[in-house]
Amino acid sequence: MTTNLYERAQFRISGDRSLLAAYGTGVDQAVNDKVRRMATLITNQKLPGIDAVVPSYCNLSVHYNPLKIGFSELRDVLWSLEKKLNKADIPESRTIDIPVRYGDEFGPDIDFVAQHNGISVDEVIQIHTCSAYHIFAIGFAPGFCYLGGLSSRLHAPRLETPRVRVAAGSVGIAGAQTGVYPLASPGGWRLIGRTPLRLFAPERPQPILYQAGDTIRFRSVSSDEFNHISKLEIP
Amino acid sequence: MTDAIHIISPGSYTTVQDMGRCHAYHMGVPVSGSLDDYAHRIANWLVGNSSDCAVLEMSMIGAQFDVLCDADMAVTGARMNLRVNGRPCPEWTSIRVRPGDVVELGMAENGCRAYLAIGGGIDVSLVMGSRSTYVGGQLGGLKGRLLLPEDILPRGEGRLLNKQRSLPWVPLYPENIFIRAIPGPHDDFFRNNMDMFFSSFFTVTAQSNRMGCRLVGPEILRDPDAPQSIVSEPIMPGNVQVPADGQPIVLLKEQTIGGYTNIATVISSDIFRMAQARPGDTVQFIHVTLDEAHRIYRDWIRFLDDIKVLLND
Repeated sequence: MTTNLYERAQFRISGDRSLLAAYGTGVDQAVNDKVRRMATLITNQKLPGIDAVVPSYCNLSVHYNPLKIGFSELRDVLWSLEKKLNKADIPESRTIDIPVRYGDEFGPDIDFVAQHNGISVDEVIQIHTCSAYHIFAIGFAPGFCYLGGLSSRLHAPRLETPRVRVAAGSVGIAGAQTGVYPLASPGGWRLIGRTPLRLFAPERPQPILYQAGDTIRFRSVSSDEFNHISKLEIP
Repeated sequence: MTDAIHIISPGSYTTVQDMGRCHAYHMGVPVSGSLDDYAHRIANWLVGNSSDCAVLEMSMIGAQFDVLCDADMAVTGARMNLRVNGRPCPEWTSIRVRPGDVVELGMAENGCRAYLAIGGGIDVSLVMGSRSTYVGGQLGGLKGRLLLPEDILPRGEGRLLNKQRSLPWVPLYPENIFIRAIPGPHDDFFRNNMDMFFSSFFTVTAQSNRMGCRLVGPEILRDPDAPQSIVSEPIMPGNVQVPADGQPIVLLKEQTIGGYTNIATVISSDIFRMAQARPGDTVQFIHVTLDEAHRIYRDWIRFLDDIKVLLND
């Protein structure tokens, strides 16, 4: 069996206040799961001198205070934690349900995505809702998820001219990727629907509903349910 | 909370900033905060604030505003011809203002970003632990946006100073900037061009903003045997990103993840120099090791502590 996992973390220096610890290579769920578990483990240790832990696809960044901990000391701590990883009690990744109103004014490009792939609009919805999407990383915009798992039957090119404004919650497809715009912004993704959930709400104690390593599932909802959830989500 | 500032003209890019939002990277929320944290701290200390109070950061063209309460103010950073009621006033010095006073700042004549602190700090709501504005994320500061005419900014509780405070020197921002940087995180992609990177002059372009400072200069190429691309990964302020066109971008404080390789990273105590660079200035990167960088960091923190004590006396 081939694996992209490293035997133990490899480190890179990213300035005087952070290092990158890589646990493998590529876009790989096993590597990403180790990143998630290490990020949780390191964060839970609340080690003095560690200010933040930021997970991504195959590595994580540790922000540290050089007045409190040196690079080699930190590296040794991370290696020793890695050895304890299998014994550590780390919760499984969660699955988050995202309600989506597909089509109509919420998903103006759903017909394009259907035609482009030679399928019906109902099939677009059916395929999009039956996959599990792994959150490899969160970034680019607050709460924006880099998702894996889009069926090749739904791939679609970006718009030639991006929209000036895409509403918050819009669900789109760009090439082999699917995702949700947490905030209103300009954007070139093909829009197939919209979620009434506020994926990023800075005033909430938990501003986002998920973390890197979790799984997202989309669920098709009616206009009534969309409106009902929208009312509950008003800040 | 007291209304303190009524904006007449906000200037070209004016936001509320504090020391930033350090614990939200994993949610895709960057640190934000004052880009020149040196000028930021001194502005606060000059008016008796702690260093994490919120200030106004003004880029290239400063603000004009009415004062609504008795307060101490201080402007640091870029020189922008500070005037109160038309009368020139020194920067890097506390000034006592009264209701009805009109404060004006103009074009930056030296440096790029000026900082205005007021006793008690700019008191907008905390969002995820910080008052910093992150315009891209529509959060923090005043409604997550740039300041506009007619905006009113409150200040927090603060006592007026017993005597005027002044920094005994005036920092200048040179046109030829030397910036210390540590190779990496992707130094192994640029082995052939590393010497050129550390021996060349680059020019700051006008396409620079709070996300990054864009440079032009000799093309920095990846080694022929280096991977063509990397999977997106966490980035840090100071990372010197090299896109395919070979023209470096020094990342500042408004990104969390990126998919470009970084040849080197500016040390944290030199990021403010980058933040004060103006289009047309030249930059040369000076190679330091991680150990040297940590020694510089310790000295820098000690230097800042000394200034704080000096200004409090």
